[in-house]
Amino acid sequence: MFPELNNLLNTTPDQVEQGKLTLLCDAKTDGSFLVHHFLSFYLKANCKVCFVALIQSFSHYNIVGQKLGVSLTTARECGQLVFLEGLKSAVDVFFRPQEEPHPLQFLREANSGNLQPLYEFVQEALKPMDSGEAAWRCPVLLVDDLSVLLSLGVGAVAVLDFVHYCRATVCREWKGNVVALVHDSGDAEDEENDILLNGLGHQSHLILRAEGLATGFCKDVHGQPKGSS
Amino acid sequence: MAAAATCSTGTRSTGSMVVAASRNNVTSFQRRGPRTSGTDSGCSRLVSISGTRPSVRNGQLLVSTGLPALDQLLGGGLAVGTVLLIEEDKYNIYSPLLFKYFLAEGIVTGHTLLVASAKEDPADILQELPAPLLDDNCKKECDEDICNHKTESNVKMKIAWRYQLLPKIEARPVSSSRFGHYYDVSKRIPQELIEASKWHGFFLPEKISSTLNEDPCSLNHGYIKLLQFIQNIIYKEGFDGSNPQKKQKNILRIGIQNLGSPLWGDDICWTENCDSNCSLTKFLYMLRGLLRTSLSACIITVPTHLIQNKAIIARVTNLSDTVVGLESFIGSEKETNPLYKDYHGLIHIRQIPQLNNLICDVSDVKDLAFKLKRKLFTIERPPAGNQSLHKENISLFMI
Repeated sequence: MFPELNNLLNTTPDQVEQGKLTLLCDAKTDGSFLVHHFLSFYLKANCKVCFVALIQSFSHYNIVGQKLGVSLTTARECGQLVFLEGLKSAVDVFFRPQEEPHPLQFLREANSGNLQPLYEFVQEALKPMDSGEAAWRCPVLLVDDLSVLLSLGVGAVAVLDFVHYCRATVCREWKGNVVALVHDSGDAEDEENDILLNGLGHQSHLILRAEGLATGFCKDVHGQPKGSS
Repeated sequence: MAAAATCSTGTRSTGSMVVAASRNNVTSFQRRGPRTSGTDSGCSRLVSISGTRPSVRNGQLLVSTGLPALDQLLGGGLAVGTVLLIEEDKYNIYSPLLFKYFLAEGIVTGHTLLVASAKEDPADILQELPAPLLDDNCKKECDEDICNHKTESNVKMKIAWRYQLLPKIEARPVSSSRFGHYYDVSKRIPQELIEASKWHGFFLPEKISSTLNEDPCSLNHGYIKLLQFIQNIIYKEGFDGSNPQKKQKNILRIGIQNLGSPLWGDDICWTENCDSNCSLTKFLYMLRGLLRTSLSACIITVPTHLIQNKAIIARVTNLSDTVVGLESFIGSEKETNPLYKDYHGLIHIRQIPQLNNLICDVSDVKDLAFKLKRKLFTIERPPAGNQSLHKENISLFMI
């Protein structure tokens, strides 16, 4: 968690806004620090987090999380964090066919992919417990990242549908938050990615954009962040 | 190591994601020493594998790419569990060299190799690897020992008795524990080194003859076969920790040549809007999944200059960890540029992974040129443009 970012966004772990969709975007630089920030922020804020990590392994987030002051292993063991490790699950679903529906079932499908099993996984992970007394503050869905779904053959429309369903359930119904990272391909003319980015930009309450410097590469300054809501 | 505990759990229901695996939930990214308070990584078990070293930045396990200059630019070496993508130069002259350096380094350090190609037979590729430049003393001693067929390990030294206490050099020309070697591209690797090494070859025309029985899942037939082959080797030989009590841990070096070219059956180099434009990216994702859960490192060469759709190049770059682009001067106007007259091309370090860290290790200089001079492939900063043509290799100006 970066205190500077908290100041910019006017939030602290004690007062967490609810029902928001935050879009993280990076262009010409790596925006994964934003993902680490939000992960540690929501864990410290005592929220129940479902993290769909498609791009890196669990230990990567764990080690960075420890540097930022949260332990993902502890959070996972006590049930605060539900971690879907995309890379490991993908290997499982691809090489060892599963009988029951798997969140990453779309990897075995030929057409534009159906993210419904993934949505059901999120739903299952974040649904409020029936015991009445809420142990955690609010549910949060964190996705790193959505652009890789396009690389895996899922259409932009299917990804937008998935986010829409998640938003309807997590944000509206359960008063939680959704945070997702999308890469901006810039001049690479990735139409699908642009559709996804524009669609999400329209739906989201807050857009945090990490850009590389316009003047080129500099060793000490990695880029400039922009926020708009 | 990583997958050892979790591979054995059979069914995957949504609830099982929450349940942590056994206490030995370690991935191939081992941290050494008391750098973190995280006791989940069992860092005392870091067994030193020949040809690897931990990164000074984040304790990540690194292997050499075979080119010490490139290792330095990448922050010490290539991290185990990651992919090094080489964007081929226009006529594919220099990228096979980097490919061969990587494989030769694997043979010299005793790693297992997996070579995949659609163009050449892997056995032929191995024959053309460059010869390592070992120390002359070491080499001479090795030769003598082979000739004499005796080890003489018990002969006591009378005068230079201190030398007796030094560790003996291996009699056979096998694994060197140094990190990063130099190679002589004008000579071939000695036959006995190849024979002493363990390698697996995947030659596409041989493997693809059978018909495909499984469901298509929008992945190219050749890619599916290659993924299955890699997964099979990783599993059978225990690189993913599935046989923890067996032999000593080793690294699997995977080399895939000309991935994405039409020889692999992929059509991204022909048309801009192709049907299976996610075939290559899906393959890279699955490959990443396999690598992250095993002790392996991979080098891939891709002819990105042939790919018609720029979006795919961007996606391929995002799905690879380290990306190095080669641009040769042959046939381009830069060939006549007096600045570059000693060099054969430019080398661009386009991406370095940020693993276990918030920031990555980036070198100071972005403009680097390479040259293949007599025996060695060297990477240097070319001289600045404002000065006279007098060559200054130590100048720090960027062009």
